[in-house]
Amino acid sequence: MLLIKCPYCGERSELEFSYGGQAHIVRPLIPSDITDEALTEYLYHRDNIKGVQAERWRHLHGCGRFFNAVRDTTTDHFQATYKIGEAQPASGAKSDG
Amino acid sequence: MRLYSGFALLKAGFNGQKNWQSLWRSPEPKPAYDAIIIGAGGHGLGAAYYLAKQHGIRNIAVLEKGWVGGGNTGRNTTIIRSNYLFNESAALYDHAVKLWENLSQTLNYNVMFSQRGVMMLAHNVHDVQVFKRHVHANRCNGVDNEWLSAEQAKVFCPPLNISANMRYPILGAALQRRGGTARHDAVAWGYARAADDLGVDIIENCEVIGIRRDATGAVEAVETSRGLIRTKKLGVSASGHTSVVLGMAGVRLPLESYPLQALVSEPVKPVFPCVVMSNTIHAYISQSDKGELVIGAGTDAYTSYTQRGGLHISSHTLEAICELFPMFRRMRMLRNWGGIVDVTPDRSPIIAKTPVPGLYVNCGWGTGGFKATPGAAHLLAWTMAKDEPHTINAPYTIERFRDGYLIDEAAAAAVAH
Amino acid sequence: MGNAFRNKDGKYIDYTQILRFTFDGKIYQGYKGDTLASALLANGVHLLGRSFKYHRPRGIVAAGADEPNALVTVQRDHARTTPNVKATQVELYEGLIAESQNRWPNLRFDVGALNTLISNFIPAGFYYKTFMWPRQAWGKFYEPFIRGVAGLGVAPTEADPDRYSQRFAHCDVLVVGAGRAGLAAAMEAAEKGLRVLICDEQNMFGGSLLSNADVQSTESLLQTMEKLHQYSKVTCLKRTIAFGYFPHNMIGLCERLTEHLPNPAKGDVRERLWQVRARHVILATGALERPLVFPGNDRPGVMLAGAARTYLNRYGVLPGKNIACVVGHDNGYLAALELQQAGATIAVIADVRTKPVGRYIEQARQAGLPIRSGMTVTGTGGYRRVRNISVAPIVNGNIDASDTIRCDTVLMTGGYTPSVHLFSQSRGKLEWKSEQNAYIPSQSTENLSSVGSAAGLAGNDRGVIGALPMTNKSTAFVDWQNDVTVKDIDLATREGFHSIEHIKRYTTSGMATDQGKTSNINTLGIVSNILQKPVPEIGLTTFRMPYTPVSFGIFAGFARGDLFDPVRTTPMHSWAIEQNAVFEDVSLWKRARYFPRNSESMNEAVARECLAVRASCGLFDASTLGKIEVVGPDAAEFLNRMYINAWSKLTVGKCRYGVLCREDGFVMDDGVVGRLATDRFHLTTTTGGAARVLAMMEDYLQTEWQDLQVWLTSTTEQWAVIAVQGPRARDIIAPLISGIDISAHAFPHMSIGEGTIHGITMRLMRVSFTGELGYEINVPADHGRAIWEAIYEAGQAHGITPYGTEAMHVLRAEKGYVIIGQETDGTATPDDVGLSWAIGKAKPDYVGKRALIRQAMQAPTRKQLVGLLTLDDQVVLEEGAQICATAANTPPMQLIGHVTSSYYSATLGRSIALAMVAGGRTCYGKTLYVLMPSAAIPVTLTAPVFYDEKGEQVNG
Repeated sequence: MLLIKCPYCGERSELEFSYGGQAHIVRPLIPSDITDEALTEYLYHRDNIKGVQAERWRHLHGCGRFFNAVRDTTTDHFQATYKIGEAQPASGAKSDG
Repeated sequence: MRLYSGFALLKAGFNGQKNWQSLWRSPEPKPAYDAIIIGAGGHGLGAAYYLAKQHGIRNIAVLEKGWVGGGNTGRNTTIIRSNYLFNESAALYDHAVKLWENLSQTLNYNVMFSQRGVMMLAHNVHDVQVFKRHVHANRCNGVDNEWLSAEQAKVFCPPLNISANMRYPILGAALQRRGGTARHDAVAWGYARAADDLGVDIIENCEVIGIRRDATGAVEAVETSRGLIRTKKLGVSASGHTSVVLGMAGVRLPLESYPLQALVSEPVKPVFPCVVMSNTIHAYISQSDKGELVIGAGTDAYTSYTQRGGLHISSHTLEAICELFPMFRRMRMLRNWGGIVDVTPDRSPIIAKTPVPGLYVNCGWGTGGFKATPGAAHLLAWTMAKDEPHTINAPYTIERFRDGYLIDEAAAAAVAH
Repeated sequence: MGNAFRNKDGKYIDYTQILRFTFDGKIYQGYKGDTLASALLANGVHLLGRSFKYHRPRGIVAAGADEPNALVTVQRDHARTTPNVKATQVELYEGLIAESQNRWPNLRFDVGALNTLISNFIPAGFYYKTFMWPRQAWGKFYEPFIRGVAGLGVAPTEADPDRYSQRFAHCDVLVVGAGRAGLAAAMEAAEKGLRVLICDEQNMFGGSLLSNADVQSTESLLQTMEKLHQYSKVTCLKRTIAFGYFPHNMIGLCERLTEHLPNPAKGDVRERLWQVRARHVILATGALERPLVFPGNDRPGVMLAGAARTYLNRYGVLPGKNIACVVGHDNGYLAALELQQAGATIAVIADVRTKPVGRYIEQARQAGLPIRSGMTVTGTGGYRRVRNISVAPIVNGNIDASDTIRCDTVLMTGGYTPSVHLFSQSRGKLEWKSEQNAYIPSQSTENLSSVGSAAGLAGNDRGVIGALPMTNKSTAFVDWQNDVTVKDIDLATREGFHSIEHIKRYTTSGMATDQGKTSNINTLGIVSNILQKPVPEIGLTTFRMPYTPVSFGIFAGFARGDLFDPVRTTPMHSWAIEQNAVFEDVSLWKRARYFPRNSESMNEAVARECLAVRASCGLFDASTLGKIEVVGPDAAEFLNRMYINAWSKLTVGKCRYGVLCREDGFVMDDGVVGRLATDRFHLTTTTGGAARVLAMMEDYLQTEWQDLQVWLTSTTEQWAVIAVQGPRARDIIAPLISGIDISAHAFPHMSIGEGTIHGITMRLMRVSFTGELGYEINVPADHGRAIWEAIYEAGQAHGITPYGTEAMHVLRAEKGYVIIGQETDGTATPDDVGLSWAIGKAKPDYVGKRALIRQAMQAPTRKQLVGLLTLDDQVVLEEGAQICATAANTPPMQLIGHVTSSYYSATLGRSIALAMVAGGRTCYGKTLYVLMPSAAIPVTLTAPVFYDEKGEQVNG
């Protein structure tokens, strides 16, 4: 059970959060215009990084807000959490923006 | 290869069991192989075995970062069944069950395949509808699966609590009698021994750190912690690490790696005759030949390569086990462990060619790869040897996600209304 | 026989309190303060169990959690039976009943011991090499036999009535282990004013101090405890094992609360799970004594030297009167000295080291103890109890002639191994220190520190590891419980198992219920010796939770019966109970399925309920539907982007049926959306989909479309929803309603408005899931039952009939309305289920739009929603049955669809079914076959609507 720092509420148990997958995937502005390959990339392909990755969490049973986190998937240690819209803090290896 | 048998064992008993040979050699890697498989789990070793046995390719290496069978092969709850809904899935998993049925004899290694029956519990009207759909579809696909009333389920598995006072009373169950369990380590060791006997080099402690491609883009060699090894046929069967390995060849896959936990109790005398699964309340359980209750938990919510999951996940599973079998509350957890499972968006595997010539992949088995071991191995070998898929794995392409031909067993089973 | 081996000097024994207990049916006496093990030893009982494989007689080896042999079943009654308990951890209480395990017919004469005779033929992993012929024999004969002889104790057969609880805790410092180092660490933290939690697995604090003979140990312990208790921010948990170290400094503790009591009160909590989040963790887990590996080291009476000291000093028990000591560590001399002091004879001290020097050795010499160094053990004698030991000097690396010495007890010690289990679980790095013969904590990944001997041993306190020089490897046990001998490890390495993980799995060494506490390091030593590789190159098996076995019960906690999962009920639930409704579980909700009258069957009740709705009026509790309030200037735009439908033109006061897809184009949910104001929508979801839908909407709103000014609020539990459906619906509710003109023209089908009913604020929707004139009345949940009853009362004259989910299903199926999760299964597109009319085709975008034009989504062979009519109109198809174009009914068949919904329609006097059939919409009128095991049932494909095809009834 991880300890996660919600940027709005502070440190809480993982039980209060839901995981939201890889962060910084931008939905195409008009998805109808994109190719099948681009759609596949958007819908299904994830970096699945072994190491430091940026990911989304939602403080579901708290403030309800989505936020981003930088976590090392080989240790589960968080390096940072930050609000939606903020840039990923430059720490450790870079994940796909 | 020295044949294993009761007689051989008896004979060896008179000289202190001294003459047994190594199950597999520990060769130095050769500079080049006709085919290389990355990952010495059951799937990878099995693929090497079938390549050598059925396709006449003998100059093969299996490269393993750690030790034989140290990944998900040795970390799962060993459940084997094939009562899947869709035609494609039933064909795939039943292909495996048929190979399981003769595997000990094929390999001359007792993998302890035990067809003790897998029973899946229905707890609400929706479950009943879904399971009955499975039963009908399975019958029509020649896969055994039968519907049991709650009382019949209790007869088949006496410890089961079928009281109406449960939070989610048991309304019935789907039983596949040909389903069961096997000894997971033995599968890896048995394939390793048989493959080695056919000349396959099994190279442990050999981590792949790069994949080299020639001017045409085709696979040329792998860079490993033990040097460069050339090959034109490369099969990847690395479960949770598949996307890392495929990334070395520039191939992106729709995979995410999650922690999956399992646990065992202390050993007790036989008390649990079959395998019971409940998707609705998230538990599965069987008893090993040694007497331990073997219990599977769900995956954690987040991706991770740590091989460990959260306590709340195993707690949740034990809640369900204690609800289904309230006499097990006093049983004690002896060991808990985690693996890394690679999950596709439709929860079905990929056994296919990749966009890179000479590169093949077998991955995305999620929480259910063990049951498919011989089948997946056989199909990966076929696909590598012929450079085209067998009819059974033809639907399990990478492109199905692009084109929308998903094989979504999970969605078909799990949507509640 | 009473306590022949007991003296009066046990420091933690209350000699005034005699306790009677039974072991294998025989009554014994012990004292308060005893464990089952110490009490049995005091009575001269050494034979406590039989080993797993060879059924060899086994006695007590250790004094704590590391005990591999002395496993018993403790039984209070049939339900409260605990197998595989270590006798060394069972606190004695008056009337305790313990039984030995894994023996038949009894512990002294066990048929299973015949396995010893064939031990040459059943080495490690023998079962992989045989039992393969004939093929069927494995499952029918061999496996049942193997299972029968395997296993230890017997699982309880009745439901455990005891309670288990759970607690979360936070602290500045968590100290694990309350020995000398742990207590000092706790004291230091307490003095700083920190919140401290200190736990220890034993029933009293003190750790190894409890085993010491000197008075100072006891006094300093008493003083420390007194001081510690003065700090209000210090929590002391005894009988509490720290079993697991989880990420981010969360530690799992298991506190045993009643196991030591003779008669726990009913309802008392037996064990409690603590999940402690600590800023800093101090591991003061001490060190475990290592046994020596020599032939015959498993006979009852062979014991760890440190354990013997514990039995003597703490419990006042002499393990024997004529004692041989085999030592690889100075501690063995201390044990010999103390036992001699207590009146035992020391037959020999055989030191396996060549030139031992040290304080205790000197003292032993002065005391005249018979010391022989440079020795090995060639065997022991005796069957149910050790009777002699053969020792031989090692001369120039060879085993010389041996001497057999009579004794009734053999003490052994190979030194100590730091308990790094929790440290390793925390993913800290371990480092091999050859001068200590031990892995010790190195780099940690969590905020923790190791103190005392858990952090490493003093100086060059290395002792010995691995096996002593020997000739007979087959009876030199490494793992007592699993019967793993040096020969087994030999065999494994010969067969190519060189990784320690392989050796563990192949031989099962370290996999018993003691989890290798006594065997792991010796296994490493033996492998290192065989392969001639240093220990660190052999590898180290992963330390996994739990440290010692812990009850399933603590993980389940209170989650049993109704507390297994929250139960959600509607405001009208109590009314439905009073009306004898039968309920079904739908996600967390209890929904009334039907309302049987008298002795009606479900089919009879459902038929009556359906007919009532069609003929007059029915009353249905729709409160479980998910409800979301969507508010803000961009609300309509937001819905445009989410739903497949178009919303901009929906005028205030109107509703529309909406469909939600996932981004991959498959139908996810549906419901009705009503516009209350230009910037306010009331929307409904399916019962099970409410949370999913809200989460998905929040996701898009917060992370993709931050430009939109929209707020979402779940109002599912705010509104009670009463559906009044049927031709008389308006007549019934009109008199109760004010503030809205609900006449047919003023408030047509798909209207929404606000008013009052019976004086209570109401949102009224004119919607229908039955095909009849219908309303859904939303009132504040608190008033739900009152309004329900008022409507029911008002409807009496019109024959109003409450109906449940089953009738609702039939009614909607007659109309061909789909249920998400029944007609759809997560693989259906809107078009598949006939909903493409709902798509706002002019919209540039909505969730799922792009995915719906992928190749497979356009394929003509997709399954499509159709109706099925059986030729025999009284045959009701089975839901889930498969559909084929031909009547051939043997596999493999070409399956083209399946039945999704099937009912007997009382209204139509015949059966009806909905199905998904490949290309079905182009085949109306065609005959297909529904395949049942007994027969292929012919059916005619129709449009998926069976009643009021023109849809006029809803406009009534």
